[in-house]
Parts: sequence; C-alpha cells; structure tokens
Amino acid sequence: MKLAHWMYAGPAHIGTLRVASSFKNVHAIMHAPLGDDYFNVMRSMLERERNFTPATASIVDRHVLARGSRKRVVDNILRKDKEESPDLIILTPTCTSSILQEDLKNFVDRASIISDCNVIFADVDHYQVNEIQAADRTLEQVVRYYLDKSHTLDQFVTDAPSVNIIGILTLGFHNRHDCRELRRLLKDLDIRINQIIPEGGSVEDPKNLPKARFNLIPYREVGLMTAMYLNKEFGMPYVSTTPMGAVDMAECIRQIKKSLDILAAPILSSKRVDYESYIDGQTRFVSQAAWFSRSIDCQNFTGKETVVFGDATHAASITKILAREMGIRVSCTGTYCKHDAEWFKEQIKDFCDEMIITDDHAEVGDIIARVEPSAIFGTQMERHIGKRLEIPCGVISAPAHIQNFSLGYRPFLGYEGTNQIADLVYNSFALGMEDHLLEIFCGHDTKEIMTKSLSTDISPIWDPESRQELGKIPRFVRDEVKINTEKFARQKGLLNVTVEVMHAAKEALS
Amino acid sequence: MSTKIDETITFECETGNYHTFCPISCVSWLYQKIEDSFFLVVGTKTCGYFLQNALGVMIFAEPRYAMAELEEGDISAHLNDYEELKTLCIRIRKDRDPSVIIWIGTCTTEIIKMDLEGMAPKLEYEIGVPILVARANGLDYAFTQGEDTVLAVMAHRCPEQEFPIGESKETKTKTKLFPFPLLKEKKLVEYANHPPLVIFGSLPSNLVSQLDTELRRQFIKVSGWLPAQRYADLPSLGDGVYVCGVNPFLSRTATTLIRRKKCELIVAPFPIGPDGTRAWIERICPVFGIEAQSLEEREERIWESLKDYLDLVRGKSVFFMGDNLLEISLARFLIRCGMIVYEIGIPYMDKRYQAAELALLKDTCIRMCIPIPRIVEKPDNSNQIRRMRELQPDLAITGMAHANPLGARGIGTKWSVEFTFAQIHGFANARDVLELVTRPLRRNENLDNLDRTTLVRNNNEFYTSTPTPR
Repeated sequence: MKLAHWMYAGPAHIGTLRVASSFKNVHAIMHAPLGDDYFNVMRSMLERERNFTPATASIVDRHVLARGSRKRVVDNILRKDKEESPDLIILTPTCTSSILQEDLKNFVDRASIISDCNVIFADVDHYQVNEIQAADRTLEQVVRYYLDKSHTLDQFVTDAPSVNIIGILTLGFHNRHDCRELRRLLKDLDIRINQIIPEGGSVEDPKNLPKARFNLIPYREVGLMTAMYLNKEFGMPYVSTTPMGAVDMAECIRQIKKSLDILAAPILSSKRVDYESYIDGQTRFVSQAAWFSRSIDCQNFTGKETVVFGDATHAASITKILAREMGIRVSCTGTYCKHDAEWFKEQIKDFCDEMIITDDHAEVGDIIARVEPSAIFGTQMERHIGKRLEIPCGVISAPAHIQNFSLGYRPFLGYEGTNQIADLVYNSFALGMEDHLLEIFCGHDTKEIMTKSLSTDISPIWDPESRQELGKIPRFVRDEVKINTEKFARQKGLLNVTVEVMHAAKEALS
Repeated sequence: MSTKIDETITFECETGNYHTFCPISCVSWLYQKIEDSFFLVVGTKTCGYFLQNALGVMIFAEPRYAMAELEEGDISAHLNDYEELKTLCIRIRKDRDPSVIIWIGTCTTEIIKMDLEGMAPKLEYEIGVPILVARANGLDYAFTQGEDTVLAVMAHRCPEQEFPIGESKETKTKTKLFPFPLLKEKKLVEYANHPPLVIFGSLPSNLVSQLDTELRRQFIKVSGWLPAQRYADLPSLGDGVYVCGVNPFLSRTATTLIRRKKCELIVAPFPIGPDGTRAWIERICPVFGIEAQSLEEREERIWESLKDYLDLVRGKSVFFMGDNLLEISLARFLIRCGMIVYEIGIPYMDKRYQAAELALLKDTCIRMCIPIPRIVEKPDNSNQIRRMRELQPDLAITGMAHANPLGARGIGTKWSVEFTFAQIHGFANARDVLELVTRPLRRNENLDNLDRTTLVRNNNEFYTSTPTPR
C-alpha cells in the first residue's frame, strides 16, 4: 500500500482502451464495476470527440459477483457485435475486475464462436504495467493477431520507398499534429505511407504492414514492441529516433535512408531525393529555430537554468534541444517512465547536471524547489508545481491538460515542430524588456489596491454573523456578493447588513 | 406522511449499462464540507486516476484526501493490511492532524474482502483518531450515493440526544448562573418550543444558512446538520429527534437514522425549486404543530422573478439520461416551469424515501396538464440514445461522456454533474438551476442560424431578440 495523491501514467486498461478506440471500427468492452468507464469522459472531453467513444462497460455488480460474469460479458459482446458491427472487439478488465481472476479468455473464445466480428482479450497484467506499457503491449497484440491470422506468405515489399508510422494514439500528446507533420516530411522525402496505426487505421490493415520497407516509431513509449515484433518476424527495419529538434531530425532522416538501403529489393522510384541537401535546406531555412537561437532575442537565455520532466521520449528530446540547440543549461532532467530508465540515462547523460527517474511528483517538486530554475519544461503537474513556486512552465509531455489538446496546428515533431518548440521555450521565460523592467520595478503590481468601490456613499455596516456568512462565500464571487448586498441594503434604506438581508439581496438581485 | 403513489407513475428497469461516475467521487465535495476530516480512499490505480482525471481534483495543493493505493502485494495478501493502513494513518495524523479519518472502501476492497470495518476500531484505539469506514463502491452504488454511504456511517457516531424532549435542562441551569439573559437565549425566544430537528445532506455552508433562515421564519429551529462543518459538531440524535433530508440520494442514511438512531423521518419533497422548497417547509411545519406562513406569496414572488427564464424554457423538451439521482426533483421543477420531460433516467429509485417527491411530481404533471414522464431505473445508454434520436429533445441532461457526441447530433446538452456541484437548493437558487438549464438553449439561439450544414454565420448580425437574462 502506498499513499498516492497523483500519478503520471494511468492504469493499464486506459492504455488498452486508447489503442482500441484509436483504430477505426473497433469496440472495446470493459469488464468493470460502475464508474470505471471514465475513459469515455476523458476521450470525449479532451479530444472533443463528436462520436460516441467505442468503449462500453459490461458492469460488474453484486449480482454478477455472486453468479459469475460469463453470461453478461458474452451477452454484451454479442450485443455490440450486432449493434455496431465492428471489425474487432477487445475485452479488457480493470485493476478491480482483474482480481476476480475470471477466465475472460474463455468468455472471449465463447463469444467469438457466435459473433461475426473478431474478439480478443487484451492480455495485460494490470498490477505490473501502466497505461503506456499496456498500450504498447495491446498494439503489438492486435498486430500479431491479424498477422498470425492472415497466414499470407506472399508478402512482398513495395517497389517505391514506403513506411508504416506506428504509435499515433488518441489522447496522445500532440499526436495528431505530429502525425500531419510526419506525413509532410515523408512526402518531401518521396516515401509512400503504407499504414498509420492505430489512429484512424483499420484492423484489417495490419495484414499489409509487412509491405512497407521500414517502420517509423515516433515515440518510443508506444509502438516499439510492434516494431520489434515485425523486425523479428518479417525482418522489417525500424527507425526509433524521435524526429524532434533539428539535430535528431537529421539523425532520423539519415536512419530512414539507411533503412531504405538495407533491403535487397531495388527501389524503383521516379525521383531521387538528396537527403543531405534536404536536411541542410530544412535546418537552415525552413526551420527558423536554429537561426532564432543565435539571434539577439535569445541572448537573454545566457545563464538561465531549467528543469525538464516528462515521458522518456519528450523529456530526452527537449533536454537535448535545450542543451545543444538553444544553449540553455538543463540543471535536472527526468522521466516517470521507470521501465525505460536505461535508455533515458544513456540519451541524456551529456546534456544535464543531474537526472531523476521517479513517478512521485513530490520528489520532482522538491528538486524544482531546490534548483529554482528560471523555467520548467514538464507535464501538467510540473506546471502546477511551477505555479506554486512562481516559476513559468512550458508543457512538453503527457499528462497534459485540455489546453494542450489545441485545435490549432502545434506539432512537436518535424521541422515545423522545431519552430513550435522554440516558441514555447522562448515564451516560457520572462525575457527581454519585461525581465529588465521587472528587475527595475521589483516585480509586478506592487501597489496595494486601496478600495474596490468607486462610490463615496456610507457603506452599510455588516454585523458579525453576516460578516461570517460572507466569509463562507467562495472568494471569486465574494466581492460581487458584497457589492450587491450593500447596493440592495442602500436601496432599502438599511444601515445594517444581517444574514437575512444577504439572503433577501440574493433573491432580489441575482 | 401517507403518500400513496398513484398507479399512473410507472417504473421501468433496463440493463444498467449506463455511464456514471464512481461513488468515491463524493470525496471531492465531502472533504471540503467537513473541514477537519481526512478521506483515505483504499483502492487501486484505477480509482486514483478517476479522481485525478474525471474530477480533476487531486492536483490542488495537498488536499485533505489521498489514495491508499493497493499494490500487488496487498491484493495477493502477502502484506498485512492492518500494518500497511496503520503506517499510512500515522503519517496522515502527523502531517494533517485531522479530527476524523474516513476510509472509503472501493470495489477492490469488496472483492478481496478486506475487513476495513474490523480493522478500523482497533486502529482508532491505537492511534487515537476516530476512523469511519464507508463502502462507496461501484458494485452496489452509483455516483452521489457515495455521500449516502458516508453519512450513514457518520450517523452512528452522532452523540445520543441527552435530554428528554420538552424541558431543556441546559437553559434552566444557565439562567441560574447568569442573572442577565444571554444573547443566545434571547434568540431562542424566536423559536417555537418543538422537538429537535436535524437535517441531513451535505450542502455548502451558505446554503445551510439559507435553509436555516427559511425554517427560522416559521419559528423552527434546526438543531443540527449531518454532516456538520466540523466533525466535532455532529448533531445529537435519538428517540424523539426529527430528521429530514435535503438530497434525494440519501435513502440509506434515512434508514440508518430511523432504524439505528430511532429518529422520526419527515418524508418531504426535496427543497429544489421554489415549489419543492415550499413543499419541503410545508411538510416540516405541521410535524411541529406549526402553521406555515406566507409561503404561497413567497413562492409566487420567486416564480415572478424567474419570468425571463420561464419564457425561454416553456414548451421546450428535456431528456434525463440518469446520473446523480437528483433527476426526479429536477424534472418536477422543470415540468412546473413549463417544460416537457420525455424520460427520467435514474440509476436507483428508493420509492419510499422519494415518496413525497414522486407524489409532488404527479401533482405537478396534473397541474401542468401533461402526462407523467416515464421513469427508467438502471437505464441503458444505447437504448436511450436510440429513443432520443426519435424524440429529438431540446435538451439532454447527461453524463460527461455523452455530451459532445449528442451535441454533434444536434441535441442541446447539459452535464448532469453540474447540478451535483451547483447550488440548487432553496428558494433563491431556483434561478441558478434555470441558468444552467437555459444556457445551452440560449447559446443555441445565439448561434441559431449556424445549423450543422453551414456551421458559420455569413453576416455578423446579432440577434438581439433573444432575451438574455443577466
């Protein structure tokens, strides 16, 4: 048992559901008690989804506990099969129902005999893995399931250069924008996109995955297992360098080139792209970030320190960008992806003073308080910590708030991503003239506001009870209530405000 | 209290595949209400992530509640539950020094049959902090019923009513001690001499004082609230104490008060809307032999002040998908406002506890000359969505998961949780209910020529014909 206030990564079933609802025409069934289906709320609200989230709870209640849940689960699977005619139904328990140790796999087998669609059981240990690992695992499971099923040996690779993008997920941090940016990049490089999974992909597509010449894994949190599986089974090379920041962009593009050259099959393409000159042109002219870092604006970064925290992909990439592309000192960097600690350490060892690998936000908070950086780059939790410590924070990683599910185009990957990140970094610091002025005038508004009221009337007197009552009203509306009540009292010619007067005023004025 | 439900009210029961919040969410409002409490939710990551995400509350600096997160060792019973909880509670006592620690049992503690009730008294004795155990689990309860489970256990901790009704020793002894009448006693004169009345249901303190004032106008003194602002101030209960609820989801608490604490329950409609508030007071008054005064004019005045809103809602239709058990009361109020209610979905319906509310619903329907809407217990969301497609209501009051998709299908939506958190009780707050209800309607009228095919307006004419209250 541990005392927990907050967590960076969610429980395993969230990961499974994210994969399931990213695919087109896949329905997830949660074997869960009432109220455990809040994934629907998260997806509907954060992604502002117009469609009903394709996830239904098969409710576990007392009745089910007493009699076993097989009938209900099977009935619910068959019902969804009939109502929605999905291609695939994925059954998952939650932390709670997984303890029941029911043979859900058996339920699935039973249902799949009768159902028109395929049914699988998401095989995830709910006490061993978190949301991220479960998503990775489930994606691999779905891909493996369809490739095992197809049994096609006549897999051929495309003549033209081609790629699968694996790991774009619903509720992922800026995933939609990143995906669009990657499409643009690959088009520039004249590489055809064979499949993008799971977001927007059909489950029938995994069958065709091996046709691509290589796989691109933009985020190592989800997709790496699938890539490794495809590498092992079909010898498909994969690129897992995250194309974030100018340096890693170049590295990623060079690896793409290498991957394309690996296969013996000759590339038949109409035009040849000169990768090096593309990298050069993009880095120097399309991306403004490299130039911007050298411009006079960014002189103010001199001597500033930052703390970075996030998932392994984003924390590592941003640390590298800050340190080697923008010349900002990273005092501490860290990740909550404890399962990926080795890789993370390896990546950032030359770019920061110290590192922290933890999923306890209090520890991160303590470090930030100790370092007192000029800016933080982290998750919504670090933003919150920053608010308390009055340190600005740019959000660079999940978990994020609704502000980071922006309607506008805000990629983190690709050359446009470098611009977005440069903006984010620059705007996160209190810089330039503002910084100077703050120094000169010792902070923001220092003058105490003497009175909020403009009228010179004699204010009615509040008796102790009404004063106490006023204190109970939430602060953000208290002034309004006070003004309205006094206005009411004045209108009625009352000199004293009592609790009764307050109530009467609310009735009359609200 | 004889409230026979007319046969015309029919109850249906569906599959129970509906979306609602987990009952542990009650923590989010109860910890704010009971200022010296600490809530410890004993559950899994799934529970914690719910509190953090769906309610977005845990992020606030050091709240007075936390999760005791069960890990693999706890589930497989490798670890000693008692020792584990003891460590956590000692830490909580050290960090927060609460007057009471409330353990919230979850589905997981039910399934692994963790004996929270057995451990609590032992640990309470050992660490010297009262520990209550409420089983707010999703196996048995829905959303707001979490509060019900907490208040029911809290009722057990209320002190016994010490003095026989009628003669209050306290005041007698005090008058001997103090020759001058105390201010407090002077106030007592304002009240009629009646048996104690305790009101149950968690409301923000300004609402508590509003309802206290309403009853004081009828010379009725509220001797206490369950829960009180502080755990130490729990009201005295016992034989001869009258109790009355303000929330429709407190049937378990009501039963506990009747059976275990021997209180007399006043079955009344709930004080939501001017009609409900009036009926609530009118039910309480005669119990104490008091004739309610000037309530009719008061209700009239409130309706008068709501006129601008009523014009907006009259004739509009509404569909309750069912979420927080406030549905019957809200539907009754909205019908009285002139709206048409197609369906009242409700997770659970205690017909005895809600008898007076149901009777008022029936009367309201007769008064407004509309058929009584169907009441669907344990609704099935898929079926409801299908029915809604047929009925095309102007407004759906729904859980958060369905709001955007229904909106995209041209149905105005309002989150049911907003009614859980907004202040909707009492005369003056009827306006706030209508403010919530009319917001999507007003907004739609503001954007009324943006139908789903055009989506934007060509010219920038503003439609001033729409009455926009406030």
